[in-house]
Amino acid sequence: MSQIALSSVSKRYPGGHQALNGVSLAIEAGEMAFITGPSGAGKSTLLKLIAAIERPSAGSVVVNGQNVGTLRAQGIPFLRRNFGLVFQDHKLLFDRSVFDNVMLPLEITGFDRREGARRARAALDKVGLLHKEKARPITLSGGEQQRLCIARAIVHRPAILLADEPTGNLDAGYAADIGELFRDFNRVGVTVVLATHDMQLAARLQPRLIEIRSGRVHHD
Amino acid sequence: MTSWLAAHRRACTGTLARLLRAPLASLFNIAVIGTALALPLGFYVILANLQELARDYSPQPQLSVFLAPEATAAEARALGERLKARSGVSASRFVPRAEALETLKSRTGLDDIIAGLPGNPLPDAWVITAAGADAATLDALRGEFQQWPKVAEVHVDSEWARRLDQLLALGRHAVLLLATALAFALVAVTFNTIRLQILTQRDEIEVAKLIGATDGWIRRPFLYFGAITGAAGGGAAWLMIWGVLALFNDRLQPLASLYGLPLRLTHLNGSDSITLLFFAAALGWFGAWLSVRRHLGTYNPS
Repeated sequence: MSQIALSSVSKRYPGGHQALNGVSLAIEAGEMAFITGPSGAGKSTLLKLIAAIERPSAGSVVVNGQNVGTLRAQGIPFLRRNFGLVFQDHKLLFDRSVFDNVMLPLEITGFDRREGARRARAALDKVGLLHKEKARPITLSGGEQQRLCIARAIVHRPAILLADEPTGNLDAGYAADIGELFRDFNRVGVTVVLATHDMQLAARLQPRLIEIRSGRVHHD
Repeated sequence: MTSWLAAHRRACTGTLARLLRAPLASLFNIAVIGTALALPLGFYVILANLQELARDYSPQPQLSVFLAPEATAAEARALGERLKARSGVSASRFVPRAEALETLKSRTGLDDIIAGLPGNPLPDAWVITAAGADAATLDALRGEFQQWPKVAEVHVDSEWARRLDQLLALGRHAVLLLATALAFALVAVTFNTIRLQILTQRDEIEVAKLIGATDGWIRRPFLYFGAITGAAGGGAAWLMIWGVLALFNDRLQPLASLYGLPLRLTHLNGSDSITLLFFAAALGWFGAWLSVRRHLGTYNPS
C-alpha cells in the first residue's frame, strides 16, 4: 500500500474556486516527489489536503492507511505528527529563541525535555544553525529562517516531509543548500514531497516530477 | 501517565513564567479579581463576627413552664424530675408561687393592689434553660411540655432568637447575592483576559495546531492561567480584608474598652480561607474554559 494515495480528489473552495479536479496519484514510502506547475495550479492545495489542513470536496486522501477526509477532528493532531511541514512563509514564532522554536514539536508530543534538547541541537546542527540557538528568529536572514523551519520540521523525525515552495524567496546558492538538505533526509528514508516551480532544484535532485495544471495531473 | 503529569507541570510553570513576564499587567488583573472578591468576603466576615457576638452575649434561651393551680408540691417535684431527665434541657429552677408574688411586689411596686387580692393568683413555675438556642428547638420543647399533665402553660422567650435568626438569614442572603454577582464579574474578567491572550497568541496557536498539537495541549496553559489568576485574586482579597480588619480592630479597641467588651473582629479560619482560594481558582478556571471554548473551538488554521 502506498504511503500517500489520492484517488479522484477534487477540492472546491467556498466561493466556487475549483483548486483540484479529479487528481489521482500515489507516493511510496521513501520517495522524493516534486509537485510542479504554474502558480495557482493547485500545488499548495494538494499539500494541504495531504496534511489534513484542508478536506477534499470529493475523492479520498489516504495517508499511512488512514482516510484523511473522514478522520475525526480528535485524530488530526496525531495524523499531523507523521509529517514535517515546511512553509513558504516559515511560520516561525518570533517571541522565542531559535532553540525554543525547534523544541515546540517535541513539547507538543510530550517528549522528555533533556532528550528533546539533545535532538533539537542535532536538528539545528544539521541545518547549520547550532551557533545561533539563542538568537531570535527575526535576526536571521531569509535563508536561515527557512533552514530553521526545516529544523523544526524534522526534529521529531517524521516519516514524511512536506514542503511548500521551500526555495521560493531564496537566491540560487541558498536554494542549492536547502536542496541538499532534502536529499540527505530522503537518503535516510524520509518521504519528501515538495511543491515548487524551481526547475533548477529539480534538475539537480532528479526527483519524480508530478506536474499539475488547472487542478489536474498534467504529467507524472 | 508521567508524560501527562510532565505536560501539566510544564503548562503550569509556563503560565507562571508568562505571569511574571508582564508583572504590572498581571498585578492589575489580580487586583481587579481581588477587589471583586473582597466585597462579599468582607460582608461575610462581618456577618460571621456578628453571629459569634450574638451567640456570646445573648441571654440563655429560657422557657417558663407554669403549673396548673391545683397541682400539689409533690406533683411539682415530679414534674421537675421529668424536666431534668429530658434531653435538651440544660438547667432548671423551681419558682414557687409565693416567691413569684414577692418578686412581683418588689419589682413593680404594686403592693397595694396585690394586698387587696383575696389570695395568691400566681401559679408555681419551673424556669428551664434549653440546650439549643434556635427557634425550632425551643418550639419543639414548648409543644412537648404543653402536653404534660398539670402543665397550664408554657412561655418561650424565643422572640429575640427568632428575630436574630431572621436578620442573620437576611444578611446571609444578601452576601450570597453579592457573591453571585461578583463571581460573575470574576468569570467575565478572566473570560476577557483569556480572549485577549488568544488574540495575541494566534500565531503560536496556529503553528502548534499545524504541527500536531491536540486541543487539550493548546487549552491547558490558558486554563492554568485562569485558575492561577483566580487563586491569586482570592489571596489578594484575603489580604485586603486582613488589612481592613487590622485597621478596624485598632480603632475598635478604645470603644470596646468603654463598654468592657472584648470586641475584636476575627478573619476567616484556616479551612474557610482555603475554601476561598479554591473557589476563586475554580471561577477563574471556569472563565478561562468558557473563553477557550468560545475562541478556540471554532478556530482552524488554513
